[in-house]
Amino acid sequence: MSDVKEREPWFSPKNIKLLTGPINSQNPITVLVLGICSALAVTVKLKPAIVMAISVTVVTAFSNLIISLIRKSIPNRIRIIVQLVVIAALVILVDQILKAYVYDVSKQLSVFVGLIITNCIIMGRLEAFALGNKPWPSFLDGIGNGLGYGLILVIVAFFRELLGSGTIYGYRVIPTEWYIGNGGFYENNGMMILPPMALITVGIIIWIQRSRNRKLIEE
Amino acid sequence: MEHLFNIFIKSIFIDNMVFAYFLGMCSFLAVSKTVKTSMGLGIAVIFVMAITVPVNYLMNKYLLLPGALSWLDPSFATLDLSFLSFIMFIAVIASMTQLVEMVVEKFSPSLYNSLGIFLPLIAVNCAILGGSLFMQEREYETLAEATVFGLGSGIGWALAIVSVAAIRERLKYSDIPKPLRGLGIAFILTGLMGIAFMTFMGIKL
Repeated sequence: MSDVKEREPWFSPKNIKLLTGPINSQNPITVLVLGICSALAVTVKLKPAIVMAISVTVVTAFSNLIISLIRKSIPNRIRIIVQLVVIAALVILVDQILKAYVYDVSKQLSVFVGLIITNCIIMGRLEAFALGNKPWPSFLDGIGNGLGYGLILVIVAFFRELLGSGTIYGYRVIPTEWYIGNGGFYENNGMMILPPMALITVGIIIWIQRSRNRKLIEE
Repeated sequence: MEHLFNIFIKSIFIDNMVFAYFLGMCSFLAVSKTVKTSMGLGIAVIFVMAITVPVNYLMNKYLLLPGALSWLDPSFATLDLSFLSFIMFIAVIASMTQLVEMVVEKFSPSLYNSLGIFLPLIAVNCAILGGSLFMQEREYETLAEATVFGLGSGIGWALAIVSVAAIRERLKYSDIPKPLRGLGIAFILTGLMGIAFMTFMGIKL
C-alpha cells in the first residue's frame, strides 16, 4: 500500500528535466555529438527537416520505451542485435507510413529514413538511458532527445532555406521583384543549398551556444 | 572496364560519403583527433564496406526485389519483400562485422590489435548502411559494379578522415576562440574541406 504513496507523479520535476535538458545543455547534436549524419543532409528545406525531426522523435521515444520494458530479459552479450532489431522494425513502420501519406517528402529524404537505424542518438540513448531506467522516464528521455535534435534541424533548415531559396516552408518570403532577374538587387546565396554550408551552420550554432554557456567549452 | 573505373573514381571523390552525404559523421568527429587512430578506423571501414555492399547486393537481388524469389519457386514471382531491406541490411552488416572481426583475429593478430576497438563500432557507422542503401537506390546492375562502389566509398571515407585528422593535429597549436575549440572548429573545418572536394564535381566521367 505504501507503494502507492511513494509513487512519483507523472510529470515530476525530475521527469520534466529529462524532457527539457536535451533541448539546451544536454543537446544531442551540439553537446553529445550524436546523430549528426542525418542532421545535415536533410536540412536544405524546412519541410523535410520537420518530417525527419518527427520521425526521429517517434523512433527514439518508442525504442526507448520498448527496450526499457524488456531490459531485464535481454542477455547482455547480444543486446546490440536486439536493439538494432527493435529500431529497424520501428523505422520500417515509419518509412511505410511516410511513403503512404507524404510520398514527395519520403522521396526527398531517400536513404536518410533508413539511416535513422544507425542514427547514434537512438543507439546512444538506449545504451545510456533505457537499459537502466523505468519505461516512463525512458519514454520522456526519448522525446526530449528527439526534440533537441529536431530543434537544431529546424534552426539549420530555416537559415538554409531562407538564404538559399528565399522561402520558408515553401512560402516565398523575399519578394520576386527584388531579384536581379526581375530588375531588383537581390540574388539567392547558392552556397547555402550546398552540403558544406550545413556543417558550417552547425559549427556557428555550436559557437554561439558555447559562448553563452561557458561550462560547455572544451579545453 | 572503363565503366567500373568511372564508378570507382566517382565514389571516392565526387560522391564522397563524408563531404557530399555526411555519412559516418559521428565516429568521424569522435576519432579524427589523431592521424594514427583515424588511419586504423579508415582501414576497418574500407574492409567492411568492400565486403558488406556486395553481400547486400546479392541479398537484394536474390531475396528482396519484386520477383527475386522466383529462383526458389515460380509461384513466388509476384512476391515483393523490399520493405524488409532495412532489417536485412543491418543484420548482414552486424553479422559481417562480427565475422570479419573473427577472421582478422585468427589470421592477422597484429592487424586485429591495431583495428581492435574500431571493428564493433563499425556496425553502427551510418556510412556502411548508407553504402548499401545507395547501392539499392542507384540500382547497380552487376556484382562487380556493387563491389567497386563499396570499395571506392570506403576509400573515400578513409581519405576524408585521415586528411581532416592531419589538419586537426596541427590545429592544436593555433589560437582559436575558446567557445569554438574542439567540436565547433571541427565542423567548420569539415565544411571547408567539403567545399574543396566540390571542385571534383566539375569532372565529367
